[in-house]
Amino acid sequence: MIGGLFIYNHKGEVLISRVYRDDIGCLSTPYPSWERNAVDAFRVNVIHARQQVRSPVTNIARTSFFHVKRSNIWLAAVTKQNVNAAMVFEFLYKMCDVMTAYFSKISEENIKNNFVLIYELLDEILDFGYPQNSESGALKTFITQQGIKSQVRDKDEQSQITSQVTGQIGWRREGIKYRRNELFLDVLESVNLLMSPQGQVLSAHVSGRVVMKSYLSGMPECKFGMNDKIVIDKQQGKGATSDDSAKSGKQSIAIDDCTFHQCVRLSKFDSERSISFIPPDGDYELMRYRTTKDIILPFRVIPLVREVGRTKLEVKVVIKSNFKASLLAQKIEVRIPTPLNTSGVQVICMKGKAKYKASDNAIVWKIKRMAGMKESQISAEIELLPTNEKKKWTRPPISMNFEVPFAPSGLKVRYLKVFESKLNYSDHDVIKWVRYIGRSGIYETRC
Amino acid sequence: MPAVSKGDGMRGLAVFISDIRNCKSKEAEIKRINKELANIRSKFKGDKALDGYSKKKYVCKLLFIFLLGHDIDFGHMEAVNLLSSNKYTEKQIGYLFISVLVNSNSDLIRLINNGIKNDLASRNPTHMNLSLHCIANVGSREMAEAFAADIPRILVAGDTMDSVKQSAALCLLRLNRTSPDLVPMGEWTARVVHLLNDQHLGVVTSATSLITTLAQKSPDDFKTSVSLAIARLSRIVTSASIDLQDYTYYFVAAPWLSVKLLRLLQCYPPPEDGALRGRLTECLETILNKAQEPPKSKKVQHSNAKNAVLFEAIALIIHHDSEPTLLVRACNQLGQFLQHRETNLRYLALESMCTLASSEFSHEAVKTHIETVINALKTERDVSVRQRAVDLLYAMCDRSNAKQIVAEMLSYLETADYSIREEIVLKVAVLAEKYAVDYTWYVDTILNLIRVAGDQVSEEVWYRVIQIVINRDDVQGYAAKTVFEALQAPACHENLVKVGGYILGEFGNLIAGDSRSSPLVQFKLLHSKFHLCSVPTRALLLSAYIKFINLFPEVKATIQEVLRSDSQLRNADVELQQRAVEYLRLSTIASTDILATVLEEMPPFPERESSILAKLKRRKGPGNQPGAEEARQERERERERERSLNGSAEHREGGAAASAKSSPSVDVLSVAALPTNRPRPVSSVSLMQTPFLASCAAPSSLSAGPMTSLYPSADLLGPTGSPPSTGGSLLVDVFSDSLQAGPAPLDLAPPNTAVSEDNFSRFICKNNGVLFENQLLQIGLKSEYRQNLGRIYVFFGNKTSNQFLDFSSTVNCPDLLKTKLNVHTKPADPTIDAGAQLQQILNIECLEDFTPAPVLDIQFRYGGTLQNFGVKLPVMLNKFFQPTEMEAQDFFQRWKQLGAPQQEVQKIFKAKHPMDTEVTKAKIMGFGTALLDGVDPNPTNFVGAGVIHTKNTQVGCLLRLEPNTQAQMYRLTLRTSRDTVSQRLSDLLSEQF
Repeated sequence: MIGGLFIYNHKGEVLISRVYRDDIGCLSTPYPSWERNAVDAFRVNVIHARQQVRSPVTNIARTSFFHVKRSNIWLAAVTKQNVNAAMVFEFLYKMCDVMTAYFSKISEENIKNNFVLIYELLDEILDFGYPQNSESGALKTFITQQGIKSQVRDKDEQSQITSQVTGQIGWRREGIKYRRNELFLDVLESVNLLMSPQGQVLSAHVSGRVVMKSYLSGMPECKFGMNDKIVIDKQQGKGATSDDSAKSGKQSIAIDDCTFHQCVRLSKFDSERSISFIPPDGDYELMRYRTTKDIILPFRVIPLVREVGRTKLEVKVVIKSNFKASLLAQKIEVRIPTPLNTSGVQVICMKGKAKYKASDNAIVWKIKRMAGMKESQISAEIELLPTNEKKKWTRPPISMNFEVPFAPSGLKVRYLKVFESKLNYSDHDVIKWVRYIGRSGIYETRC
Repeated sequence: MPAVSKGDGMRGLAVFISDIRNCKSKEAEIKRINKELANIRSKFKGDKALDGYSKKKYVCKLLFIFLLGHDIDFGHMEAVNLLSSNKYTEKQIGYLFISVLVNSNSDLIRLINNGIKNDLASRNPTHMNLSLHCIANVGSREMAEAFAADIPRILVAGDTMDSVKQSAALCLLRLNRTSPDLVPMGEWTARVVHLLNDQHLGVVTSATSLITTLAQKSPDDFKTSVSLAIARLSRIVTSASIDLQDYTYYFVAAPWLSVKLLRLLQCYPPPEDGALRGRLTECLETILNKAQEPPKSKKVQHSNAKNAVLFEAIALIIHHDSEPTLLVRACNQLGQFLQHRETNLRYLALESMCTLASSEFSHEAVKTHIETVINALKTERDVSVRQRAVDLLYAMCDRSNAKQIVAEMLSYLETADYSIREEIVLKVAVLAEKYAVDYTWYVDTILNLIRVAGDQVSEEVWYRVIQIVINRDDVQGYAAKTVFEALQAPACHENLVKVGGYILGEFGNLIAGDSRSSPLVQFKLLHSKFHLCSVPTRALLLSAYIKFINLFPEVKATIQEVLRSDSQLRNADVELQQRAVEYLRLSTIASTDILATVLEEMPPFPERESSILAKLKRRKGPGNQPGAEEARQERERERERERSLNGSAEHREGGAAASAKSSPSVDVLSVAALPTNRPRPVSSVSLMQTPFLASCAAPSSLSAGPMTSLYPSADLLGPTGSPPSTGGSLLVDVFSDSLQAGPAPLDLAPPNTAVSEDNFSRFICKNNGVLFENQLLQIGLKSEYRQNLGRIYVFFGNKTSNQFLDFSSTVNCPDLLKTKLNVHTKPADPTIDAGAQLQQILNIECLEDFTPAPVLDIQFRYGGTLQNFGVKLPVMLNKFFQPTEMEAQDFFQRWKQLGAPQQEVQKIFKAKHPMDTEVTKAKIMGFGTALLDGVDPNPTNFVGAGVIHTKNTQVGCLLRLEPNTQAQMYRLTLRTSRDTVSQRLSDLLSEQF
């Protein structure tokens, strides 16, 4: 279990320190120095380490430190026990989400300004090192930023909070009313790729999230359907025509693994593979999933690198957009790494803007918009300074960033039905919005 | 140094550094650095020429980036270019970059060396200094190779500036330290010595450092420096503090130079020349006088500088150890410091006094400070100072004050820090023994020691008590009484139980008369501690019990009851169980006479160096004091002990350190114990070993008695009963020896020296196999022969779980053989680890035909006993056979040629093995001859031919073997050109069938 949680700024100064367990040997020593020792150990060995620490888990003196970094802020969970590392990271991410929900951006300033709130939150979401309810919606009902004001709340409301938090449906309170029942559904995907110079896919996967925002009255029951291969195949088995199966079979996707928000009834998913739930109010992430098969790769990068003598390098990169011509990709950025002994760069590109960024050792080529089925190219001449060391340039891969208005995994929302038996509104009265956004994760092509 | 002008400020560098300092994160810093590197790269691009200023600026930036921990792989060329600049700042940055960044195998090293050479040759002193500093900073072999010849020249050249001379001397010193072999000694050495006379004190200071180092290496070359150093020293010492101007430090005249000169003088013995000596004494006296003067300043720097000189002077006085008055004065001076406010001074005073105490002139003077030192021991706050106080007490101890010092140390021990406890314990033990007039005092002291600091009392300490008690009849009764009383305490340390068990087991009868310590009470007291002790102690107690049975028949039944209990007889520990079983049986079946002989009182131990002292010496280690000092102290102590030990005629062996000191009587014993007629290398270990075995085994009825598998009395000696420890050298007293002898009682018999030849005949027809094997060792052979040469690989396999020590194996040729066979042995390793194999190669050359076989002599120590055996090496004449193929016609022709009666040997013998044709064929071929088919008209007969190669001659050989299956007989006929060969071959071969 988590023994303690620390938040550091970029200098390694401790902003927040909360210790849940002193199992870490401090009882045996006359003075409780452990906490300070752990704080210092992490600062010395991770934040100020000579070599940049790349592993998110560090073991120092039989104590494990799990850290995540948000801009310049380090969050570190410390434990001496053999905990489930995935659980700890999940918790840390949740903690970041909660903090963002409360004060938007995680920055040193915000943390300093909200330190009382953060301690309050930490008291609530971790109990003796065991994670508790970390649903920001639920937390917001009883941990508020108004301070004294909250005490003025009537008793009814307070008891309601208690019954909600301790009840079966802890994520939604009763008696919510909206004039307009609305639902927003976003399918957010990030596509990761590693491609060989010859265009062979070495590894590719999509990790996606279904994020919802719901403004629904009462206690509605929702049902979400997508083109999951297993569901579709099952329906076909129930007597769909062969013609039908050929059509829909194309569009179904194989999901490798997925996780759900706690509101989803897992028993129902296990037995019928249908996703039904009573949604929390406001923002939440309904599910996460990962696919590896039949991924639509939005862009193809074709590199061409030629070394002309010891002091010159010619690079030509072609990108091809590989989706429906009617769609537009945005925020395209191609990073072409340059050797460490680059002394000058000349770039020519047809479209967008390209610049040599010395601080990153890369040529950065930006294109604002690009339609599908198009192609564009850049060529660069890199001058090199002869060095006395014979170290060869490692040729890091060319990476790419973009945003496309479709789901590269091929996921489609088939339906999202809302049932509310007590209040008088039906599925047709709910206004639903669906949006697909595909972004690049680590999208690299070797050169 | 030229002042840095405004234009040299390098604003770009300052901006860059402040940018880096302002970076919020590591990433930001890396980005900034990448940007800067790209900028510098574009500037260094070949096409435009940079001016000196910007070159310097960028090189400086690169240096800064490198020092931040990033790799720099360019800019070296620019830095080298800076070397040729004429501006000081540019040159300086160039040199800085090179000494920090250029590694020795760079391609640029030639260019750099060239630049340095130019600067060295220039007449500009600042340039010369820069280049000298660079050489010293890099200090690599390459640098030394390139410039080792030039620097001495610069150093001694008449027209060199003073500042350059200083740098040159220090540079040479550095090169001498890193690659001493490259710095040539030559005619310049004499002139370097004369630098001590230089006008410039800076030059003298650096030259003194250099000369001190060189003088340590080759003292004879720099002997002349002594007089110069003394002269210089006296000039400094007598000068008024203002005379030296720049070199006066807080009113002390040239303290560093004085210290260095005094150090230099410590490389040499006191000067022979009387005048010189007088002058030196005068100097030292002046320094001592100055210490008495009131300080000229209250500043701490003043007293520090003054004391530095003073302590160095005292060190020199101690080193010379020849002027009693000076020694005493030094001692008094140190005595003053003992009460000084400054902790460091007290520490230094105690440390120096320690060395003073060992000098015979000042020993008495040191002793006067005993109260102060004891006080220091009690009140000092710093543990390292207390440690020094302990050292000093130890050093100043002699017969007159031993009781006081030991008592003080004991009382201090109760509160002492754990870090120094063990050392104090050892020291107390040594002192108590060394100065014991009255052994009751000794016994009391050691028992007190065990009581106060039982955990720190090592094995050696309590072994020693027992040795002494056993060897001295007069204290035995007292010791028994004291331990009995000590054991009465409800909680006593395990070591005390060990001592108590041993002593009561041996001498319990001496106090049994008193009803308060009747045998039963004694036994009950010991047994009450039994269950609280560890296994080795319990084993010792069991041995004490069996001794009780012998001493007091009245408690026999009680003790047998105890031995019979399940907790003993079925103890999980094998050692305890075995002892219980054996002792029980022994007590029931043996008659009182046998019991009395088996369990006789231990014989006195041979006197030898205390093992505690050996341990203390080891603890000291070589690092504590300079080697010479240590050795001198040892000598001193040796002398002291010789004087103090009560002059008895006991022969003493100097432990592992002094094997040569062993007395003749010991030698005789060892020879008697080992009836070997071969001269063996006499190692100190074997000397210490054998006499004890002889003396221990002979009087105690152990080896004579019927139960050789029992080893109670030997075991009592080695109470741990653990398997023989290989760290035998750690315990150089009798205990360890017996300890090792214990588990191998069979080896108490004289070592087996018989020559084994069991497997010898097996090797006549083959070359590889196992030659010899017993419980300890296996010897395998692999041999190859070609013409008259052979090579044998001998493999010695250690079958035991212990190391073999002092292993040696040599080939012994009987005199007769020496002229005929040349055997060359490569020496083998002296140890074989447990389960390991050792290979030895023997090269053999056959000079002439021969009959006897050489013997392989093997010697090693296993578990403390010397093993010795000989194995006959299967080197026979037939090994040098070359098979010869020939036709029937040829064969018979030669057969006839060798027709002379003495050339033929015929033998008719009965078959020892079943008569198998194939086996016989294989044997004949293995014998070395060629098997000739279709030569003999009778197909059942075997015919062979071959040539024996020796260095001098070749002997042709034909053989014929006629089997008679019905009679199970063979007839072997051999014809060779030499009768001896025929005979030998027939002997060898006939045994095979």
